[in-house]
Amino acid sequence: MLLIACPYCGERPEIEFSYGGQAHLARPPQPSQLDDQAWAEFLYMRSNTRGVYAERWRHSRGCGQFFNALRDTTTDHFLAVYKRDEAQPALSSEGRPPSEAHEPPAPRERSP
Amino acid sequence: MSSADRFRTPSGGRIDRARRHGFTFDGRPYEGVAGDTLASALLANGVHLTGRSFKYHRPRGILAAGSEEPNALVTVSRDAARVTPNLRATQVELYDGLSAESQNRWPSLQRDFGRINDRLSAFFPAGFYYKTFMWPKTAWKALYEPLIRRAAGLGRAPTQADPDRYAQRYAHCDVLVVGAGPAGIAAALAAADGGARVILCDETAEFGGSLLSESNALIDGQPASAWVHTAIASLAKSGRVTLLARTTAFGYFPHNLVGLNQRLSDHLPRPPESQPRERLWQVRARSVVLATGAIERPLVFPGNDRPGILLASAAHTYLNRYGVRVGRRAVVVTAGDEAYQAALDLNAAGVAIAAVADLRSEAVGALPDAVRRAGIEVLPGSTVLGTDGELRVNAITLGRVQGGTVHAGQRVACDSVLMSGGFTPSVHLFSQSRGKLKWHDELKAFVPGSSAERECSAGACRGVCDLADVLADGAAAGAAAAPQPNHAQRRFDVDAPKRRSGAYLGILPQAEAPSSDKSFVDWQHDVTTRDLGLATREGFRSIEHVKRYTTTGMATDQGKTSNLNAMAIVAKHLDVAVPQVGLTTFRMPYTPVTFGSMAGISRGDLFDPVRTTPTHSWAAAKGAVFENVGLWKRARYFPRGGEDMHAAVARECRAVRDACGIFDASTLGKIEVVGPDAVEFMNRMYVNNWSTLGVGRSRYGILLREDGFVFDDGVVARTGADRFHVTTTTGGAPRVLALMEDYRQTEWPDLEVWLTSTTEQWAVIALQGPNARRVLETLVEEIDISAAAWPHMSVGRGRICGVPMLLFRVSFTGELGFEINVPADFGLAVWETVYAAGQAHGITEYGTETMHVLRAEKGYIIVGQDTDGTVTPDDAGLAWAIGKNKADFVGKRSLERPSMKAATRRQLVGLRTKDPRIVLEEGAQVAAMPGQKPPMELIGHVTSSYASSVLGHSIALAVIAGGRARLGQTLYVPMPGGDLAVEVAAPVFYDPAGARINA
Repeated sequence: MLLIACPYCGERPEIEFSYGGQAHLARPPQPSQLDDQAWAEFLYMRSNTRGVYAERWRHSRGCGQFFNALRDTTTDHFLAVYKRDEAQPALSSEGRPPSEAHEPPAPRERSP
Repeated sequence: MSSADRFRTPSGGRIDRARRHGFTFDGRPYEGVAGDTLASALLANGVHLTGRSFKYHRPRGILAAGSEEPNALVTVSRDAARVTPNLRATQVELYDGLSAESQNRWPSLQRDFGRINDRLSAFFPAGFYYKTFMWPKTAWKALYEPLIRRAAGLGRAPTQADPDRYAQRYAHCDVLVVGAGPAGIAAALAAADGGARVILCDETAEFGGSLLSESNALIDGQPASAWVHTAIASLAKSGRVTLLARTTAFGYFPHNLVGLNQRLSDHLPRPPESQPRERLWQVRARSVVLATGAIERPLVFPGNDRPGILLASAAHTYLNRYGVRVGRRAVVVTAGDEAYQAALDLNAAGVAIAAVADLRSEAVGALPDAVRRAGIEVLPGSTVLGTDGELRVNAITLGRVQGGTVHAGQRVACDSVLMSGGFTPSVHLFSQSRGKLKWHDELKAFVPGSSAERECSAGACRGVCDLADVLADGAAAGAAAAPQPNHAQRRFDVDAPKRRSGAYLGILPQAEAPSSDKSFVDWQHDVTTRDLGLATREGFRSIEHVKRYTTTGMATDQGKTSNLNAMAIVAKHLDVAVPQVGLTTFRMPYTPVTFGSMAGISRGDLFDPVRTTPTHSWAAAKGAVFENVGLWKRARYFPRGGEDMHAAVARECRAVRDACGIFDASTLGKIEVVGPDAVEFMNRMYVNNWSTLGVGRSRYGILLREDGFVFDDGVVARTGADRFHVTTTTGGAPRVLALMEDYRQTEWPDLEVWLTSTTEQWAVIALQGPNARRVLETLVEEIDISAAAWPHMSVGRGRICGVPMLLFRVSFTGELGFEINVPADFGLAVWETVYAAGQAHGITEYGTETMHVLRAEKGYIIVGQDTDGTVTPDDAGLAWAIGKNKADFVGKRSLERPSMKAATRRQLVGLRTKDPRIVLEEGAQVAAMPGQKPPMELIGHVTSSYASSVLGHSIALAVIAGGRARLGQTLYVPMPGGDLAVEVAAPVFYDPAGARINA
C-alpha cells in the first residue's frame, strides 16, 4: 500500500485516496468549437508514461480535495505532491524535486 | 530408556528433558520434550518418514529444520473445527497432547496405494496436466476435476467454521529488522543505540537463528547462545525495541509496508479463550533491515529424496538445538566447509560418520583437518551415483570424479545422508520490495544488488558468511538505518574457526550409464531433472514458462530449496550462463498465511458494513424480506399469511394502484448544492435547464459523463434561490458527489458553490396512490397540498407531526404521490403516524420489488439496470429532458459525435410476450429472425421484466437496435426451449396519458 502525502493533510495510506488519472488536462472552455477528432483526443487519449508522471489524486476519504502528484510509474515513488493551483514542480537532474515530498530511498549498493 | 530417548543425547540443546510431552502422529503415541518441534520430537523417536510425495507418492522424510521444509507437511488438529493442514513439522512447536497427521497417503504412510504412481511415472511427465486432461470436454467436470482435486497431495480444509479469533494491528517504527539471527540482533542493537524505535521479528519461537545451533564460536567471550540471551535482554530493557517471536514477515509492500503474521497460541496446549490465535501486523517502517539469513541447498543426485537424507545444517541444528541425533551412521556429502562442523559435532555426539564426501577436488583447511584428526575419512573429488532403501535410506553409492570422468566408487551403508550444496541467500523479501538482484559467482546464488526502498540487507541474506563479518554487517546496517547514525560504536569480538564456503548447482556428475532412479529438484512438487530436461526439449526457454510447465517452485514452499538448482539445470540444457536464465518472481507470502489472519474481525456481521434505514426495525417486525442494495438492507416485499414473493408483490401493486402504498425511499442519495453559483453549476453538470426552475419546483434531472452516456438520474428540487436538493440513485450518491467535486474543484474553481452529502440526514417516506392526499391532508402543516395549489413536481417546507419536513409531490409509480423528507431521527415516528392515519384509506406497506414493477409499468428506467454505461439520453427515450439552447453541459459535445446519433443505436422499448403468462429473463438476448443457430444475429437484450398483476400480462423493457422504429414488430427471444415471440411496444404500459399522476 502506497503512502501518499496529501498536501492538505499529510501522509496517509493509499486506501484513503482515489486515483484521478493524468493531471493538467483542462476541459476545453468551448467544447462545441472542437472537431470530433480533437474532442476524442481530449476524452480518451492519455500519455501512459513510463517514468515520472503527473497525475491527479483525491483524498476522498479524508479532506475530499483533489491534488496533483509526480509519481515515478516504474518505482511508485512519489517525487512531489502539489495543490491544484500550483505549477508542476521542476525536477532536479537526478529526477528528484529540490524538496522531497515523500522521501525516496537512499539506494545502497555494497559488495559482499 | 524409553523409545523417545533412543536418538536423544543425554545432555545439551535448548530443551528441557524433564518436561515430557505426549503427542500422536497418525494416531500413534510418542513422547517428546519441552522445546521440541514436531520434527525434532519425531526424529528423537527415530521417525524420518513423515509424508508421501505429491505426484509419485514416494516416501519422504524430514529434509530441513526450518520454514523451508518441503516434505514434512502435516495436519495439526485440536478439534473438528480447529484443523490446520499443510503445516511444516519443522515449525510446529510441540505441546502436550498435540495431534498431527501425515498427508497424501492412503491407507497409511507405510503402505501407500498411490506409490504405484512412481512405477507409472512414464505417464506423469512434465506438463502432464496439460497433456492428459484435454478430452473429451465433458469429462472435465465429471471426472478429471474431482480426480485432480482428490489426488492433489496437500491437506484438506476443515469442514467447520473457524472458531478462533484473529487480531490485526498497525505499527510504525524507525527500523524494522526482519530475522533475529546474528545479523538481525546486531542490527537491532546498533539501531537502538542510534535512538531508533525498533521492531525485531523472527519466524521462530526463540531469537538467535543460527547462533542457537552454534557449537564452536565465542562472541565477546561468551558462547554464542549465551551472547544471544544477553543481547536480547538488553534490547528488551531498552524500551525502544518491540520483540516479536513466532512472527513471519510474509510480504513486503510499497513504501516500506511490511506484513507480519504473529502466531500467539498455536504452541499452547490449551489456548486461553481471551487470546487471539494470530495477529496480523501492518508495519510502516522508516527503514527496513533484512536479516533473513540463508537456506542450505540440497544436492541433486539419483535417489536424493529417501527418508534419512537431509540437509547437513538441519542435522546440525537437530543435534545442537534439540539434542537429537538424526541417525546412527551417517555419510556427509558437501560442497563447502560448513558441513564439516556438523560432521565433527555429530561424531562427538556418538553418530558414526562413515565418510565425508567432498565435491571439491581437494579438502583443505582447519575444518577438514579437524575432521581427519577425529578419524573420519574425507573423500575429496566425490560425487553421488545413487542411494538405496525403501522407507529409509540404507546405503549410498559414491563415485570419484577424476579429470572430468566419473569412476564408480564405493557403496557405503548408512541410515542418514547429510548434504550441503552451499547456502542460498534468502532474498525473497528483498525481491518483493522490487530491489534488483545480482549474481554472486562464488556463492552461485543471487544476492541483493540495488535497493528500491529505504531498505538494507545484512548478513547471510546478502552473501556475508563469516560470523564476525555477519555481526559487523548487521551492526553497520542497523546504525545506518537509525535516526542518529553513529557508525563504529558496536564492535563484536568473535572467536570461531574460519570456514571455506563452497557451492554446487545442478545435478552431480554421473557416470555414462546413470542410475535409473529419479533425481529430485523440487521435493514438494516432485519435479525431477528429467522433467526440466523434457521441458527444454519441448521448446520452453523462459524460466517462467519452464516453472509453469513443470510446476517447479510452485508448491507451498515456493521453491525455497529448489529454485537455483532448477535454474542451473535449465541453463545447462539451454547452454547459457546460469544468471542469464534468471530467477522467477518471488511473491508474497514467504510462508503460507491463514485466511483467518487476513480476514481478522471482518467476518460474519462485520464482513461488510450494513446500512439500515430509519424504518428497518418496523419492517423487520412486519416480516419484511430484505435485499442488499449496495451496503443497504432494503425491504423487498412484505409477505402476509404465507404469501410467496409473487403473491405479495401482486397484492402490494394493486394496493398502490387502487388505494395507497407507503414505501421507505430513504436510501436515495441526496446532495445539497448551495451557493450564489448553484444554478450555473447545475446547468453545467446536468443536461437540464435549471435557470427556468422556480423555487418550490422540482424536475427530473439527468447527469452524463463527459463521454455522453447516462451516469445518474434523480429528481432535483430548487429549495431556494441559491440551493438545490439533488437526489441520486441509491448506489450512485458517492460517485455523483465525486464527479461534481471533480468539476467544481478542478475545472470551475471560480464558481461559488458548495456540495454536501445529506443522504443519511433525511428519512424519505414515499406515499403513493389515489388515496395518498387523503392520508396526508390531516397530517401536513404549513403547506396546502390540494390539487389546485400544489401540482405535480411541487416542493415545499412545512411540518408533519410537529417535525420540520421537506415535502415533494413526486411519483415513481405513476400514481398521485408524495415523498416526505424528515430528519432521519424522526423517520420511524413519522412513518408510524402516517401508517396509522392511512389505515382508514387502505394504506399498504410495499417493498423494492413492487416499486420495480410499478415503475416498469410506467416505463421509468433504473440507471444501471436499463442502462449499462453505453446508453445516451436519446437511447433511453429521455432526450426531452435536455435543456434546449444550452451552450454546454458535461457530455454535450460527445452527444454530437455521429455515432451517438445513429438511427441503429439500441433504444429503450417495451416488449410484450405473445403468451402473456411468460415472463422473459432479464438479460435475455433478442433476435429479429426466429430459428437461428449460434452464432446468432442479435439486436438487443431485455433489461427489465416482470409479471404485472394490474395489467394481467407480463411486461418487459429492452434495448433494441433502432427500437423505436420497430413498434408493432414481432421479435424473438431465443431460449434453451426455443424462441419466444415478443411484440415491440411503447415502454409505457400503464396510463400513458399520465392522468393519474396529475390527479
